[in-house]
Amino acid sequence: MDVTTDERDFDRLVSADERVEPRDWMPEGYRRTLIRQIAQHAHSEIIGMQPEGNWIARAPSLRRKAILIAKVQDEAGHGLYLYGAAETLGVERADLLELLHTGRQKYSAAFNYPTPTWADVAAIGWLGDGAAIMNQVPLTRCSYGPYARAMTRVCKEESFHQRQGFEAMAVLCAGTPAQKQMAQDALDRWWWPVLMLFGPSDEASAHSARSMAWGIKRFSNDELRQRFVDATVPQADHLGLRIPDPDLRLEADGHYRFTPVDWNEFADAISGNGPCSRERIAHRVDAHEDGAWVRAAAQAYADKHGDRAARGAAA
Amino acid sequence: MTPDGAAPDRPRADRLWEVFVRSRRGMSHTHVGSLHAFDAASALLSARDLYTRRQEGVSIWVIPSAELTASSPDEKDSFFDPAADKPYRHPTFYEVPEGLAHL
Ligand SMILES: [Fe+2]
Ligand SMILES: [Fe+2]
Repeated sequence: MDVTTDERDFDRLVSADERVEPRDWMPEGYRRTLIRQIAQHAHSEIIGMQPEGNWIARAPSLRRKAILIAKVQDEAGHGLYLYGAAETLGVERADLLELLHTGRQKYSAAFNYPTPTWADVAAIGWLGDGAAIMNQVPLTRCSYGPYARAMTRVCKEESFHQRQGFEAMAVLCAGTPAQKQMAQDALDRWWWPVLMLFGPSDEASAHSARSMAWGIKRFSNDELRQRFVDATVPQADHLGLRIPDPDLRLEADGHYRFTPVDWNEFADAISGNGPCSRERIAHRVDAHEDGAWVRAAAQAYADKHGDRAARGAAA
Repeated sequence: MTPDGAAPDRPRADRLWEVFVRSRRGMSHTHVGSLHAFDAASALLSARDLYTRRQEGVSIWVIPSAELTASSPDEKDSFFDPAADKPYRHPTFYEVPEGLAHL
């Protein structure tokens, strides 16, 4: 096969660690991979609002409530930055949402787990957003410009998410024995789903190598998972909590060895049969349908006034 | 498919807008991303909520993406060639005797 000038230019950009921009030529596989990854990332942000949003009305204090509202609002923003980045690749947000609503595109299976106590909200912030930071910081150097820029914006906001979760966890751990137990139970529930967030192990990850070659991924799933464990165990120690892995131990090389994720256990959650899968999508579809009258009204107005209305020229 | 069932020949209510934010007085507006909105006023409100939740800006511009004209179909063609062979436009092109100031 002939290598075209376009392909050569693309390869040169990627190998020089420069950014590919929306109107550059790019291989179809690169475009498809990015659309899928960015869309799934966006879906995870907005579905991820649900397990925490569930606790806004029940937050234990006004301070915690204000923090949680701000955090959940940030996650909506993350979804919007990402849908915007996906749209630069020639897809429409409405179509991506349709794929989410009909189960044809996925989101992180971790969000299919419930948040039965306030400590689960704390654990999601501490562990879930901590994992998100590990995943997303390398993506700020992704070869696709709009995705990288969206990630830079997201990462600036994530650090507050992780800290507020850790702080809420620390408050519980300094509380009554029952409160501390609540924190431990939440850690026990979330530890494995969060490790799962990093994706399948390297041997099982089909597209990993190609994504690395294209500069979309910078580190493998297992490398990032290891970094997360190394960073998080001392934090759990500080809180006086026990990581639910009997084989966890610090090796001489300074890294923690841990039990590999049992992927069979998560097969259901990943394939959309997790404890809350149906509920999450149903809630999302309801929210979308509840907004239909607003879209219809705006469309009726545009029909009547045309472009003038959209531009606000009449004002 | 058009979102929310607008026929292709009808004007589209839901449009994409590009957002530019002036981070503080004395700086230019910089492109920060895009968003969907029905009109200019709602685009501004959404831009405020989406891009300036932490005082990232003191002024916002929004423009319908479809009305933005860009230089060329890709970012590297001959459009910028005329500037490539004129090094004499840069001060570094010139020899300056050593020890002289204000030159
Ligand atoms: Fe997020
Ligand atoms: Fe977050």
